[in-house]
Amino acid sequence: MIETVFPPGLILFLGAFLLPVLSGHIRSVVALALPLIALFLVWSVPDGAALTIHWFGYELVPVQGDALARLFGTVFTLMAFAGGLFALHRDNRFELAAAYAYAGASVGVVFAGDLLTVFVFWELMALASTFVIWCAGPSAWGASLRYAIIHLIGGVVLMAGIAAHVVATGSVAFTAMELGSIGTWLILIGFLINVGAPPVSAWVPDAYPSASWSGAVFLSAFTTKTAVLVLMRGFPGTEMLIWVGLYMIFYGIIYAILENDMRRILCYSIVNQVGFMVVGIGIGTEMAMNGVAAHAFAHIVYKALLLMSAGSVLYATGKSKTTELGGLFRSMPVTTICGIVGALSISAFPLTSGFVAKSMILQGAIDAHMALVFFGLTTASACAFLYVGLNFPWFTFFDRDSGLRPKDPPANMTIAMWLLVALCIGIGVAPGLFYELMPYPVDYKPYTTAHVVLQLQLLLFSGLVFFLLLKQLRHTPTITLDFDWFWRGLGRALGREFDGLSVTAWERLTGRMLEAARRFVAGIYRHHGPQGILARGWPTGLMTLWATLLLAAWLIAYYV
Amino acid sequence: MISTQLLDQLPALQVCLPLAGAALCALIDRRYIAWVLTTLISFAMPVIAVMMLIQVMTVGPISYAFGGWEPPFGIEYRVDVVNGFLLVLISVMGAIIMPYALRSVAAEIARNKQAWFYCMYLLCLAGLLGMAITADAFNAFVFMEISSLSMYVLIALGRDKRALVAAYQYLILGTIGATLYVIGVGLLFAMTGTLNFGDMAERIVAVEQSRPVLAALAFITVGMCLKLALFPLHVWLPNAYTGAPSVATAFIASTATKVAVYLLLRFYFSIFGAAFVFEDLPVTPILLVMSVAAMFAASIVAIFQGNVKRMLAYSSVAQMGYITLGIALATPIGLTGGIVHLFNHALMKGALFMALGCVALRIGGCRLDAMAGIGRRMPITMAAFVIAGLSLIGVPGTVGFVSKWYLALGAIEAGWWWLAFLIVGSSLLAVVYIGRVVEVAWFRAPTGTAAEATDPPLSMLIPTWILAAACIAFGLDAGFTAGVAAEAADALFAGLRQ
Repeated sequence: MIETVFPPGLILFLGAFLLPVLSGHIRSVVALALPLIALFLVWSVPDGAALTIHWFGYELVPVQGDALARLFGTVFTLMAFAGGLFALHRDNRFELAAAYAYAGASVGVVFAGDLLTVFVFWELMALASTFVIWCAGPSAWGASLRYAIIHLIGGVVLMAGIAAHVVATGSVAFTAMELGSIGTWLILIGFLINVGAPPVSAWVPDAYPSASWSGAVFLSAFTTKTAVLVLMRGFPGTEMLIWVGLYMIFYGIIYAILENDMRRILCYSIVNQVGFMVVGIGIGTEMAMNGVAAHAFAHIVYKALLLMSAGSVLYATGKSKTTELGGLFRSMPVTTICGIVGALSISAFPLTSGFVAKSMILQGAIDAHMALVFFGLTTASACAFLYVGLNFPWFTFFDRDSGLRPKDPPANMTIAMWLLVALCIGIGVAPGLFYELMPYPVDYKPYTTAHVVLQLQLLLFSGLVFFLLLKQLRHTPTITLDFDWFWRGLGRALGREFDGLSVTAWERLTGRMLEAARRFVAGIYRHHGPQGILARGWPTGLMTLWATLLLAAWLIAYYV
Repeated sequence: MISTQLLDQLPALQVCLPLAGAALCALIDRRYIAWVLTTLISFAMPVIAVMMLIQVMTVGPISYAFGGWEPPFGIEYRVDVVNGFLLVLISVMGAIIMPYALRSVAAEIARNKQAWFYCMYLLCLAGLLGMAITADAFNAFVFMEISSLSMYVLIALGRDKRALVAAYQYLILGTIGATLYVIGVGLLFAMTGTLNFGDMAERIVAVEQSRPVLAALAFITVGMCLKLALFPLHVWLPNAYTGAPSVATAFIASTATKVAVYLLLRFYFSIFGAAFVFEDLPVTPILLVMSVAAMFAASIVAIFQGNVKRMLAYSSVAQMGYITLGIALATPIGLTGGIVHLFNHALMKGALFMALGCVALRIGGCRLDAMAGIGRRMPITMAAFVIAGLSLIGVPGTVGFVSKWYLALGAIEAGWWWLAFLIVGSSLLAVVYIGRVVEVAWFRAPTGTAAEATDPPLSMLIPTWILAAACIAFGLDAGFTAGVAAEAADALFAGLRQ
């Protein structure tokens, strides 16, 4: 042991178990203090291996500090704090506990210096996050089951990969890996499943919107971004990731445009935004990696802000379909403002966090002379404004008046949102301090005329498109035979071309699998059930016969 | 010096103390005195075993000539890392269960038979320890009979009428197993003219390829597979475990089958030699098929059981599959996995059966539907159940993970990818059957007798929790268990021949 440090994730993880038994003010105080203590611990971890354990022959490094870990640790604990504040009065006493355990496990992955530790916390994350979804009530059970299955499979693949890698190299250290051996491939696949890569991107929009209004805020922050972090550590500069990322970007856009549920829109945009990060990891230069780190940080903050805003609407109205909402700005001014700030950030508007972060990935593509990638990313940024930046706030808060007049949510929820608004704008206005946190020294000026003009051009143009096509873009609960149909039909056809697993197809597929599984189990039951041949009590004579037969078999095997 | 003289006699004391204690219990026939006596003796056992293991680890194997007759003519007791480890396991399990036994036995066994229960318990303990410590093939058979006969009685003492049938079945099959073993030993004796393990190992080289030796190997293999309940010779086990009193089940499940595994290891590696058994003969594929069949078939059967005790019994059959899988791999890492699982499985099954014993004390049975909501009424007991259950699944941080890690590593090392997947896949089955119990016990509203149940007295809770905590402690720090297991595996591969 080099120096005694307390693993930062552990305090959140263990503290989570306190929450269900506490109540009243003590619970609030503990809930708010835990993430702050964790944040303090994140900053007390020195660089390098801070804690080592010898575990039969392997040197495990459960806590290893570096700039990247501190950056992710900071944003994860901040998110736990903001989320905890937001969800403080949620009436389910287990959800916050599960969410904190989930956050703690994520921080554990962030600081993991070896593959086994990664795996352990990886599985804990999967368990805790399933629990978070589960807490939304019976309507979420189906989704939580699908979510658990996909992550269990991911975990098995990852474990197999780690075992193979350890056997091949003899070391459990978590360092950058070369694709080539079966072990590294399996590890990459395990990571990619959590990042929401094809062909399983659909788990994100399937599972997250099923969570409660508060649970979704937590879910949006951790799993995919932890996967981004481990990809940054394990596979920087792997070219395949560029194409995976581009796929995710366009998958997210196409489905978000077609979607009607506001939280689902936001979840598709998670896939889209994480796609940007995956592309950046694929580029792998210092500039790109800084961009990925910065974008991950900024994305967690504004996506949580957007989901909080959507969560507030859901909390106040009980509805989340945009066709049933609209005109809410009259009675929910705070939520509207917060939603707009989040939307501006995700669209990378100058003076918001999105602008100073995302443009670094673009710059990374330019510096690496990847024209195709650059154009793809630029197109996608423009589209991002279209489908989330305008789409979500316009149809929810403005547009046709739905007649609903809900109030802004309680103080703790609005304070949590204001906190994130301050972060979004603070980072956007004064990026200097933010850039200090990056893994590599930053030599990048976001506010040059060229950058600002380019971005404004994109935004204005896509804004224009949005309002011109407003009628076509308006979500409808039914399909009308109009030009609208053509556009949506074409889009859907295109979407199928891109990805066979839209959420409905995903559900149909899992349904079919469940049916097959049921038939399979019935077959097994015939032999293994209480009345089956394998579970019945056998007559003693039959058992003796078996023993004799087996003896004969062994004798024959030996003699031959 | 008296103390050094006493130290020299440790191997004999390990077996003679419980034997003498059993006789005393039978003579006195008072249940409290019997319990006190049994507790004292069973607490002395781990002290002796640990002292011997320390001596083995520091100085080297202990050889003890019984009655002063020099081996190979007299009976030799020989303790090395392999059986030293096993002695510690058996004696520790035997000791932990005793404080628990008082209340559980009082509730489950008729008053006038309780002293006899303790008598049989000590006999069984003596038999198992004797099987582990002796270096004489025939002496091992004698101890096998002592332990088996007392085990039949222990099982027949169960409240359930079916326990009698189960004990009878076990009697028949156990006797067949022992007979096959003794036929094998007889053949070996005919070919080598000795019964001493070390001596036999040296002389067998000359007659290795002869038919009687091959037949002996087959007889001993099948005999021991019956005793260790390897699929498909497991059928006696579920009935026996289900019918036996809780204390007997916990004790037998965590020790008896393990000793049979040890004898098999002894014959395979120390006497016949790994090269002969695994390279010249097709033992690996046969054992592998049976192990994998056990892992899956028995786990799946466990899923559909309505009685939790029976479910765990089937799970034991599956877990024995992991242990024999480690043997079948016949590599140091695989064997380490098998041996460490032998230890770990004893811990977790002990904890699970003891938790169930607590439930049986309160609600009078272990039917799953009667256990609805019991987690809310007996939270401490069922929490131990969950921890041991997680361990059975192989969740990282528990002992189950350590075993499966080594086994998977051994499989990958041998280049058998599919086997590593099967190991992980079969643990998913454990998720299902443990999950079923957890779901019923924690997430349903308590009904019937379960609604009035409370956690059992501390004398039962503490032993249960010691084992449950050990599942976590040895899972986090596997240094001791895995270290000793690795040394044992090395010692086995080195063989007895000098």
